[in-house]
Amino acid sequence: MNIEHPSRLESHDRGTGEGLLSRREALRRGLCGAAGLLLADRLDAKTVSPAPAPKGKAKSVIQIWMWGGPSHLDTFDPKPEAGRDYCGPLDKPIATNVPGIRICELLPLLAKQADKYSIIRSMTHGSNAHETASYMVQTGRMPDRQVYPGVGAVVSLFKGYGAGYHGLIPPYIVLTEPQGRFSEAGFLGSRYKPFATGGDPGQKRFTVEGIVSADISDQRQHGRRELLQRLNTLESAMQGDAQLTAFEQAEKEAYNLILGDAGKVFDLSKEKDDLRERYGRNTFGQSCLVARRLVERGVPYVTINFKGWDTHKDNFRTMQQKLPQMDKGMATLFQDLAERKLLDTTIIWWSGEFGRTPRVQWEAPWNGGRGHYGNVFCAVLAGGGFKGGHVVGASDAKGEEVKERPVYPCDLIASMYEMLGIDPAARLPHPLGLEVHATPSAADGVKMGGRLREIM
Amino acid sequence: MGTCLASVVVFTAALAGAGPVKTFSPTFESQADLAPQGKVDKLVFGSMRRLSIRPANLCSDAVFVRRVYLDTIGTLPTADEARRFLGDQSPKKRQALVDRLLERREFADYWAMKWSDLLRIKAEFPINLWPNAAQAYHRWIHTAIRENQPYDRFVRELLTESGSNFRVPPVNFYRALQSHEPQAIAQAVALAWMGTRAEKWPKERLAGMAAFFAQIGYKATGEWKEEIVFFDPGKPALPAVFPDGTAAQVPPDTDPREVFADWLIAPQNPWFARNIVNRVWYWLLGRGIVHEPDDLRADNPPQIPELLAYLERELVASHYDLKHVYRLILNSKTYQLSSIPRTKNAKALAHFAYYPLRRLEAEVLIDALCQVTGTTEKYSSAIPEPFTFIPDEQRSITLADGSVGSSFLELFGRPPRDTGLESERNNRPAAAQSLHLLNSSHVERKIEQSAKLRELVQAADKPRDVVDGLYLTILSRFPTDDELKVVRGYAQSGSVERREVMIDLAWALMNSAEFLYRH
Repeated sequence: MNIEHPSRLESHDRGTGEGLLSRREALRRGLCGAAGLLLADRLDAKTVSPAPAPKGKAKSVIQIWMWGGPSHLDTFDPKPEAGRDYCGPLDKPIATNVPGIRICELLPLLAKQADKYSIIRSMTHGSNAHETASYMVQTGRMPDRQVYPGVGAVVSLFKGYGAGYHGLIPPYIVLTEPQGRFSEAGFLGSRYKPFATGGDPGQKRFTVEGIVSADISDQRQHGRRELLQRLNTLESAMQGDAQLTAFEQAEKEAYNLILGDAGKVFDLSKEKDDLRERYGRNTFGQSCLVARRLVERGVPYVTINFKGWDTHKDNFRTMQQKLPQMDKGMATLFQDLAERKLLDTTIIWWSGEFGRTPRVQWEAPWNGGRGHYGNVFCAVLAGGGFKGGHVVGASDAKGEEVKERPVYPCDLIASMYEMLGIDPAARLPHPLGLEVHATPSAADGVKMGGRLREIM
Repeated sequence: MGTCLASVVVFTAALAGAGPVKTFSPTFESQADLAPQGKVDKLVFGSMRRLSIRPANLCSDAVFVRRVYLDTIGTLPTADEARRFLGDQSPKKRQALVDRLLERREFADYWAMKWSDLLRIKAEFPINLWPNAAQAYHRWIHTAIRENQPYDRFVRELLTESGSNFRVPPVNFYRALQSHEPQAIAQAVALAWMGTRAEKWPKERLAGMAAFFAQIGYKATGEWKEEIVFFDPGKPALPAVFPDGTAAQVPPDTDPREVFADWLIAPQNPWFARNIVNRVWYWLLGRGIVHEPDDLRADNPPQIPELLAYLERELVASHYDLKHVYRLILNSKTYQLSSIPRTKNAKALAHFAYYPLRRLEAEVLIDALCQVTGTTEKYSSAIPEPFTFIPDEQRSITLADGSVGSSFLELFGRPPRDTGLESERNNRPAAAQSLHLLNSSHVERKIEQSAKLRELVQAADKPRDVVDGLYLTILSRFPTDDELKVVRGYAQSGSVERREVMIDLAWALMNSAEFLYRH
């Protein structure tokens, strides 16, 4: 979680005038809870405040992270004409509700929502290694001496505490496990890391690690809290210590989530059964529903870590099994957000770290598998002001190369920042004070194809 | 000397208008006198006297035993170890304990972890040492610490060796970098061994130092992920200038790294000894004499210059025996001050007037939670395939590779090992951490399913023994009368089942600041 306290509370000399002020302030914060926390973080945000931000109406991002790298040919860039060695059994793509756009036959519900999203068929970065590619897709950077923060961390810097977000729920949530293999927060440090919920929203009760306990009753929670407070011998001996004040503040915030109403956002029993059904009664489907509930409450960045797309072996069986889940969850999410008038302010970004080798590896041990492929792959963008019903760029006849309009990760990321009202050239705080920006510029030697004006 | 200082202390307290004086806490403080134990105390107390800063009281034995275990070996004392120390009547027991701890295997475990942070031992992105090399490198460092290899030799080997990353582990120093450019290498060398940030230097100075690293070659072998680091005379030799501005004479066909290393480890080098003694001080006392500890520069002077100079001399005179420096610091009364300040002077922290509270590092904390509950953790790395899994009983301070971890370690701010900066480690409290400790299934399971805690309850003759046992196991001390009263009240409230009383008590102690913070 990214609820933390300003560094002045952490390291200043104890017992100074400044300390007294901080304590007084801490007290005030204690009295006004989350709002106080907001104030506390605003102090920090001031020091990094970006240049006047461009206008943007998007407020939140739901990132559907297709961990492992889904095949572009088997999802949003079908190539039936390339023959069986390329498309395998998935050779009957279906028309969508936008004339001229067709997608994989296993995505019939998404086909009915195509007017709400745009497909980028010319994503490219050239890396075939999971970790490097994950880093490139989510930071827009090439690996170099710095470890840059991912999009979620940057958004929670500019739109989290101190930048208009007031919620007790942390501003950057990942459902349900962290992406791993890449450092989400990079040099911004751990306060910008996502809060991973753990648990499984597909289960009867979604136990969010730390917030929703499986078997401690509220009464026992209260009893324990009182016991803890009465056994605080060190705190009593050291009253007013700045370290302890910060610690107690964190504890208080935690209890607000455990015992207060904010944590109810994770209680899916509040949703109607038929809607839950439409999302799909599985981890991904219900994660989409939780994501909607989170952005509804203003959480600026939610990642759904959808695993299992690293289909080296038996690719098509995995597609048969997983694409229907993706279809239900994602299509319902578009529809539900649109009905609630949230689609205009919520960006949905679907992408893996790369695509997969267009040519199927029929031989053993792959038995119809696909390898890693960073040359060309797909991404999907919707909402938050992005136009739906468009295709940007194209791959060649076999999906092996970019045919037109290459889109690099930094192009997509800068476009999202613009829609969010974050200046893509905003300066980021750096531990060594180096001058670094939210997205690379031409001077950084990063390949660029330009922002996605086609759909902005 | 003792009485003289004591009267000064009374005087300064009055002078500083110390505000409401906190009552003496026998749990955490000792009334032993503050007569300087040695040169360290003379210098530190002397500087406090000049600034009219009143030092804290000495810490109690219970605080000391816990603190010195955590600071020296990154490990909690067991209930037995704490009980034995508390019952020991020898006046020299603190010194004897320091000597014992410096010989423990965990000493090497804990400090190899610290060095692995600074030298960025990580198999995967962005350092990409790869697993075999990460293991070999860590083992080499661990051995050097266990054998107490003189620090100058340790650094010289890291700077000058050539060979395979698997067979000559110190060559990994030149591989654990995000860039192999000579300037990037020079920056890493300056940060690690000179405690200074070459990013801030004038360009020419950095270029002069980079020249020493311009003839390093890297080549792959037939073995998977094996790489040879070597001196490549085929690369052009550039004019090399030492960071102090002296031009270097590098004879033809000599590896310039050797010339640099000899300059660096010379006793009169203004960075080398200073950097390491300042770091050791920072590691043990939570704040550098120069602070930040890896930011030595002319405009960031030491708070007590004589103290730094003294420790430098001691290191050199002991032939770079780091344990000698540890001993000097750990046996000082300065180190043994309580964490309860007795002054409001703004300079108290920077002048070491009390021991500052610090949250346990992620690794130390999870190991402590495992130790008190007798449970284990799972650590793994999802890259590269096949995945790495670590045996259950292995403690996290012994993990070689920064790519191997757990979500707990992430949550509690384990450094990513990207840059080698001390500040990469983040021990600041966050609500997510409180959520985890207060209410996660992970911690709850550790307590509920703890065979160790269950045995403790079953083996006790009377409830008081259980409470004593829990306090000694978790907080390394006996409960106070007030605490006993609270526990009795909780048990008799009738709202909690008998079995749950002890679980809740263990839970509360593990969530107390006293458990979570070095104090």
